[in-house]
Amino acid sequence: MSNKINKSSAMERKDIVLKNLEHLGMRFCEQINRSIFPWVEMKSRSTDNIFYSPELRQYILGERTVKRSSRITSHLNPFTQMVWTAYFAHQLLRQKKTSTLRDVYYSAQAYDITFEDQAESDNIITDLETVIGYPREGFNVFPEERSAVFGDLTIQYTVPGYEGRRLNLSSHPDGMMIGPALTDARLIETSADKVIVIEKGAMFTRFIEERVYERFNAILVYTAGQAPRSTRYFIRRLNQELGLPVYIFSDADPWGMHIAMVIISGSANAAHLRELNTPDAKWSGVWASDIINYKLPSNRLSDIDIKRLHELQRDPRYKDELWQREIETFTKIKKKCELEAFSRYGLTHIVDKYLPERLKELSS
Amino acid sequence: MENSLDATEAIGILPDIYIRLSHDYNEASEKKDIYTLRIVDNGSGVPAQDVPSAFGRFLFSSKYKLKQARGTFGLGGTMTILYGQITSNKSVSIISSAGTSKIYEYKLMIDIERNQPIILDRKVHVNKEQWHGTVVELHLEGDYYKAMPKILEYLKQTAIMNPYANITFVDPRGRLYKFDRTTVKMPPSPKETLPHPHGVDVETIQRIIRITRCETMLDFMREHFHRVGDQTARQFLKFAKIDEGVSPKKLGPDDLVKLVQSMKEYNDFLPPDANCLSPLSEDLLRVGILKELNPDFVAVCQRKPSTYSGHPFIIETAIAYGGKLRKRGDIILYRFANKIPLMYDESEDVSWKVVKSINWRRYGVIQDLPVAVLVHICSTKIPYKTVGKEIVADRPEVGREILNGIREVARQLQRYLWRRERVRRQVRRLNVFSKYLPKIAEFSAGLVGLETPPDIDNLYRRQIVFKDFITSNQYADSEVFNAKSYKMVLVQIKNKHESNAVNVKVLGLAGLEWKELLPEVILKAGSELYETLRGRVKLLKIQARSTIADKEGIIEASVDGLSE
Repeated sequence: MSNKINKSSAMERKDIVLKNLEHLGMRFCEQINRSIFPWVEMKSRSTDNIFYSPELRQYILGERTVKRSSRITSHLNPFTQMVWTAYFAHQLLRQKKTSTLRDVYYSAQAYDITFEDQAESDNIITDLETVIGYPREGFNVFPEERSAVFGDLTIQYTVPGYEGRRLNLSSHPDGMMIGPALTDARLIETSADKVIVIEKGAMFTRFIEERVYERFNAILVYTAGQAPRSTRYFIRRLNQELGLPVYIFSDADPWGMHIAMVIISGSANAAHLRELNTPDAKWSGVWASDIINYKLPSNRLSDIDIKRLHELQRDPRYKDELWQREIETFTKIKKKCELEAFSRYGLTHIVDKYLPERLKELSS
Repeated sequence: MENSLDATEAIGILPDIYIRLSHDYNEASEKKDIYTLRIVDNGSGVPAQDVPSAFGRFLFSSKYKLKQARGTFGLGGTMTILYGQITSNKSVSIISSAGTSKIYEYKLMIDIERNQPIILDRKVHVNKEQWHGTVVELHLEGDYYKAMPKILEYLKQTAIMNPYANITFVDPRGRLYKFDRTTVKMPPSPKETLPHPHGVDVETIQRIIRITRCETMLDFMREHFHRVGDQTARQFLKFAKIDEGVSPKKLGPDDLVKLVQSMKEYNDFLPPDANCLSPLSEDLLRVGILKELNPDFVAVCQRKPSTYSGHPFIIETAIAYGGKLRKRGDIILYRFANKIPLMYDESEDVSWKVVKSINWRRYGVIQDLPVAVLVHICSTKIPYKTVGKEIVADRPEVGREILNGIREVARQLQRYLWRRERVRRQVRRLNVFSKYLPKIAEFSAGLVGLETPPDIDNLYRRQIVFKDFITSNQYADSEVFNAKSYKMVLVQIKNKHESNAVNVKVLGLAGLEWKELLPEVILKAGSELYETLRGRVKLLKIQARSTIADKEGIIEASVDGLSE
């Protein structure tokens, strides 16, 4: 895998998004010229049109569509907002600038486009994602949340001012922030043979300090809780473009499980989008059974935790044996613990004992 | 006043009535306010020999026949005079002429014990100008300032019911109130009819027997009753077991009671005719309401004649909405009986109960909407509940007619309100279009990189075709609107003048001819018209002229075209 130069699929994606946006504008102009009030059709995102696809191993939208027409008074404002958002996104892409959801909300005011609140503008952006079929990161609207990556991976920037410059992601001991520039960067070369995704910042730092990247030949990704979409997209690229297996470590509770699951199978909220999930990634811990087997200090599950477990039990994404087994164990022992719990046996216990055992178990 | 109106209508003359109330003096010792009331009409006048009896005696009435009139027994006028006499201890003066060469002037007082007029003075004047009418001047005690609201309300309501009358009132402060006629049409005067057998009582029969020349009961029945012919009379007498040949004068008191009883029980009399009634007519009712209440909308309804207990009656209803009507938080009810406003004890009246029983929400009338309902009952005998003649009793036949009448006009109001709401939505929609469509075009063009955005006139266009246009006596054309590419065209016309009405119409060019798309409509001052026109025309224009010659209006009109 090393030394292989990859064409950036991120850049291809930007080109497609740009074309899609232009087609949308063309369509509206033609409609107006033909005396037809502009309209678009898109898949309905209402909950009764969200289905789980076992083949894609993620949520997708059903066949039901909704029509947004400027002929209908109640659609007119959201329709205008969407056309403006498309225009704004197009400007961002053309000028190679980035923005955030909040920033978009404020930018609208400069064009005399009014959003009630940010929730409204966020919703319109989701509409646009649905219409053009690509996530907002594709048109340079990024989340506020920032996560990080560390490891022997050389990337090449494509953002203005840095075009062609290369960087090795092990050059800064705090890791590199997964922001717009990294999302759009080409992945050039790596010596790693796996990706380890960690939910907690403390463990990410510990893994760097303990040279996990060297000892286990891994790229480390820190999600900062629920992984932002750009991070999910980045993990997918590591998996798809570089062919690296992905191992996810999160807290041993229903919420930690779900952080891993969203990276693997995506969320219902993003059912209108593809290519955000990594179906082959593996939830590697901390499992409920680890609490018993490694005698980890634990807390009792709260009522909300138990309620959440019952929800997950019925969730189609959780139907595989491993998930069902661990949910059952959780329900039985009624206990949970955090990644940091390993520190009870010394700061390096997790790296020295748990990690090699688990990686060996999963790769066999 | 009511006698004056009766007196003018009797001879088919447009009533001119002048009323003056002036403050005489204040007897400080007795704390009495004495006023002089002077009423002048241009009616038929009272024959000289009848003046003393007509004004100085109670129950001066020789009515054996029936027709609808405001007064029924000759009580009201005399009562007023008596009230004046008791409170002021002054005589009444009456001047009257029937348009002959003489005018008679009387000064009278009433001998209460003997129910006789006392003639204090009598003069005869030469009537050079063939004046006809009556002047009554009397003195009475009262408190004008307390009564003022009721008096003015009474005059206003009288004006609603008599839109063909000029009523002038000068109050003690010297203020002039004028209620001018806005029409010269009068309802046809009612025909006199005989009483219907279902509606007579023993007292009436006795009076008729006293004057009859008929020798047999058969003739008596045929002669004196409404819709009783030979055959009906014979069959009825058989039913009542009364000999056809017996003389009516031979009937004893018990026989009379039995006769009246049988009349009520006999079901085969023909129903009474309504041509003895004088309803106002839908047109005049509308005119009266428009004139005094100035609403945005009015609907009127005259029900078909109906009967209760042998008395024919007709219900007229009206509903008014908006305009100058005051919001009262509740529906305003105007009640009239034989054209007389009923001013007191509203909540006891059958009309009030009917209004309250209606689910107004069904008609789109929600609380706080300025709505007035008018109910007019015409009958030869109004079913009053009390001697005060202010409350109409709840006779099922009457109540049902009132209900149906109100429902009819309420439905029309519902349609009006619904249409208005639709128009309002439509206007709102058009405003939204003009706000958003340019932006959609602009940003779509930006996405493609076009210099000029696509022309949204293809979708929607608004053109002001009359801008503060001053109307004249002839029809003038507005700018022409090119309607070719639009499936739907909306026309908005507003008369911005504060008092003058204008006539407008909308024309469309289809083929080679201009056709009326919207026939001539009168737009009142300040009112607006919205109309949606479907079906294609090439060009469209509006024409406007002043409704009344040399009274210019100000017109603003716009046309909206929609491609879908």
